Parts: sequence; structure tokens; C-alpha cells
Amino acid sequence: MATMELVRRSASSSPAFQPGAQEIAKLIDVSKCIGCKACQAACLEWNDLREEVGFNDGTLNNPHDLTPASFTVMRFTEWENAATGNLEFLIRKDGCMHCSDPGCLKACPAPGAIVQYSNGIVDFDHDKCIGCGYCVKGCPFNIPRISKADHKAYKCTLCSDRVAVGQGPACAKACPTKAISFGTKQEMKDLADKRIKDLKGRGYANAGLYDPPGVSGTHVMYVLHHNDRPSLYAGLPDAPKISAVVELWKGVAKYAGLAFIGLAAVGAAVHHIVAGPNKVSSEDEENAVRLKEKA
Amino acid sequence: MASLSSTHDKPVLVDRYAAGARINHWVTAISFILLALSGLAFFTPSLYFLTGLFGGGQLARTLHPWIGVVLFVSFSGLFVRFWKANLWNRDDSAWMSKLPDVVAGHEEKLPEIGKYNAGQKLVFWGMALLILVLFATGLVIWQQYFGAASSIDQQRVALLLHAAAAVGTILIWIVHVYAAIWVRGTIQAMTRGNVTGGWGWRHHRKWLREEVQKGEVKTQPAE
Repeated sequence: MATMELVRRSASSSPAFQPGAQEIAKLIDVSKCIGCKACQAACLEWNDLREEVGFNDGTLNNPHDLTPASFTVMRFTEWENAATGNLEFLIRKDGCMHCSDPGCLKACPAPGAIVQYSNGIVDFDHDKCIGCGYCVKGCPFNIPRISKADHKAYKCTLCSDRVAVGQGPACAKACPTKAISFGTKQEMKDLADKRIKDLKGRGYANAGLYDPPGVSGTHVMYVLHHNDRPSLYAGLPDAPKISAVVELWKGVAKYAGLAFIGLAAVGAAVHHIVAGPNKVSSEDEENAVRLKEKA
Repeated sequence: MASLSSTHDKPVLVDRYAAGARINHWVTAISFILLALSGLAFFTPSLYFLTGLFGGGQLARTLHPWIGVVLFVSFSGLFVRFWKANLWNRDDSAWMSKLPDVVAGHEEKLPEIGKYNAGQKLVFWGMALLILVLFATGLVIWQQYFGAASSIDQQRVALLLHAAAAVGTILIWIVHVYAAIWVRGTIQAMTRGNVTGGWGWRHHRKWLREEVQKGEVKTQPAE
């Protein structure tokens, strides 16, 4: 688990993510979460962050959204289940999903400002970040936040510094109900299977694992009681993938744009060689003088 | 040089751009080049090194939108100065239909043209349209001040349009600069502000006739 071999970096030609032998994952079992926010506190503490004192908007969401200082927030949803007539209190710990195919990394223009390790962690290198906000546009989960203080992008690191020395992430360590687990991706999938079986036995027929294939899987996964409708959980995307607009911008548009510019420049040079300069002749000058004299 | 007694040996000069227009043009030109260099650095990683010209990535990211504001204001000045002279007329359609002769430099086969030919007018209107698109989309993706003013979906579309419009302006810029180089005697219009009568006769005869009639054409002072 201490493997932190770098496999991809932003704005560099590197192959698609190939999981290393020690691909890791964080599993968040939404059905076990009690919304205590110990994970938020642990995240602030480990990363030495201070969130501003905010205000109460009438919900338990606090802070209301991810910020440059809050890499994770609990999102609370009250949902009336029409099938059972129950009011369900859905609590989801939001934060970076550490996609295998990360939109932030694809969109980033600064070489090496976003990196992906062979264990699946996607991390920001703040020395190289230029604060353009392209990662915000690239992310299918609306996760990165740009600091107003230093104009750099911030998000969950999956405690890459802890994982590098064989520790689990701070949030997982702090969780009192073991709703957050951490281990190899396979271990987490096996654990999720057990939990899903249990939930199905309790009447949650649609319980399942959220490991969306649209981004080639993630390294933060959820066990959801309603996996048929992820968006119930405070707008968790049903089928996340990198936006087609971003793919077009970073794909065809980039190569076509550069090709057109190159062709135009070469075309101009070739034209000059073939056609030669368009010079004013002495005859032209004389005609102008004659025109002037006539006037 | 032939004998000085002959009036035909003194080339005439025609004023084309006053000092204000020239300054306006060069402010726009310098802003454009700085924008293209910093913008291309963000457009493709292979040109990211260009951020070094601006003091690194963070500073390039900070400066690019502000230079954009300068260009927008400056180009607006050019627009106000020149839009009337760039209205399309019948000569322009005739000129466009003879594009092969234009490219081959066979000016004698082209209709007489006023201050601007159809190619110059297309450069003008193309730039005007694309700069408007660039300014509008640029505001949408100006993270520092307007990052929260629009949805992420809107910002994605703005990014794509901004990049596409920028490529468009660079293509037009290549045409613009190349035409100025290819058609000898053009650049002095934007440096010294005038062209020779022969240049006017060859490329913009209708305009030359108008200037002569207005009495704006003067003989070059003796050296």
C-alpha cells in the first residue's frame, strides 16, 4: 500500500491509467453513516486547514459546500420513499472520487500540476498549479475549489501523504461507525459485496456499489441503498464521465487548431516563394504623379 | 536618378493613417501578440514554456485576461475609426470573384478599389466578430473574478468557443501580417502613416483618385 509510483501527469503525454498491483480505494458505506462529521474534523486536522465560521442555512450541511479548506463535506438529503412511505435521511460524504480517468488531469494546462499514482490517487502539486480553474471545468463531480488567497486548486488528496507511509486516510481513521473503509480496491469491492448482500436482505433491493464505469472506475466508492438512483444523494451523478465538450476541446480542437495555424504559416511562406513580392512599379508611381498633376 | 528638373521623378506620398490611428493599431497589435503567446501556452502543453515570457504560469494566467481587456478597448477604437470604410459594396463582390488573380498578384485584372479591398474588409469583420466572442467567453472563464458567475457547463462551452475563436483570430492575423509583407510598401502606412502614390495607384486606385480630388496628395519634399 506504500506504493506511490507516479503514472500520469497533467499536460504531458502519458498513457491511460493502468492500475498498479496495489490499487487502493476508499469505500464509503452510506447506509452506515450517521452524519457526525468526524471525517470533516479529521480532514481539517490532518491537512492543517481552518474553515471560516459560516452561518446556518437551516440544514445540517456545514459548510454548505466544498471549499479550498474543506476537502470533504457531508451532504444531507431528506427523501420521501414513495414505495415504502418512509422519510429517508440520506447522508453522503462528498469529496474527490479519484477517478481512473480524471477530468481534472485531462483539462489541466500546467505540466505536472495534477498527477496520478499507480495506486489510483489523483493529487494536485500546488507548486505547479497556476490557478486557471480548468480542473473545475474538467471534473465531472464538481470537486476542485480555487483558493481566493493563493489562487491554487484544492481538493481531497486521499491523504496521499499518509498512504505513502502505509496509513489509511484520516477520515477513515476517525469514522466511529466504520462507514469509511480503506484498503486495496479488490478488498473494498469484496467488503462492498458483503454489505450489499446484507442491505438486499433488509429490503433494499437496489443496493449496490457506485464505481462508475464512465470514468473507468473510481478510487473512492460508495455503497448506496438506492444504487439505481445515485442522484438522490445530493446530486451524485448517475452516469459521470468527462464532458464531451472538454474531450473535444482537449482532443480534436487542440490538434486541428495547431494544424490550421501551422498550415496557414507554411502556406504564406510557400506563396511568397512561388508568387514573389507584390511590388509597386515605377510605372505605377508615374501614373500616380500624372493623376496628381491632372487634378 | 534622372534629372531633378522632371516633376515625374518626385514620387508623391498619400497620407493613409494619422498618428492616433497608428498608435491605436500598435496597442492592439502588441496586445494581440501577448495574448496569442500566453493563450497558446494554455492551449497546448507543448507551448506551455511560453508562460516563461510572462514570469511563469501563475503570472501568465493573471495577465492574460487583463491584456484581453486592453485589446478589447483598443480594438473598439479601431472599430469606431474604420467600420464605415469597411462596409461591403459591389466592387468587393467583383474583387472576390477574381480571387485567383488576387493571389497571383495580377492587379491589372482587378476592379478599382477604394480604401479597403474585400480581403481587408473580411479581416476587419472577422476580427471584430471573433474578438467579441473572445471577450464574452473570456469573462465567463475568468476564474478569479467570474468563476462563480456561471455554471460549469456554461464555462466548458465558453472554454471551447474561446479556444476556437482564438485559433480563428490567429489565422486571420497570419493573413493580415502576410498580406502586409507580401504587398510591398504597405507597412509604412502603419509606421510612417503614408504610402506612395504608386502604391495607391496599384492597389487602391479609387481611394487614390478621391484623395487627389480632395487635394490630399502632396509631392515628397526634396531631400
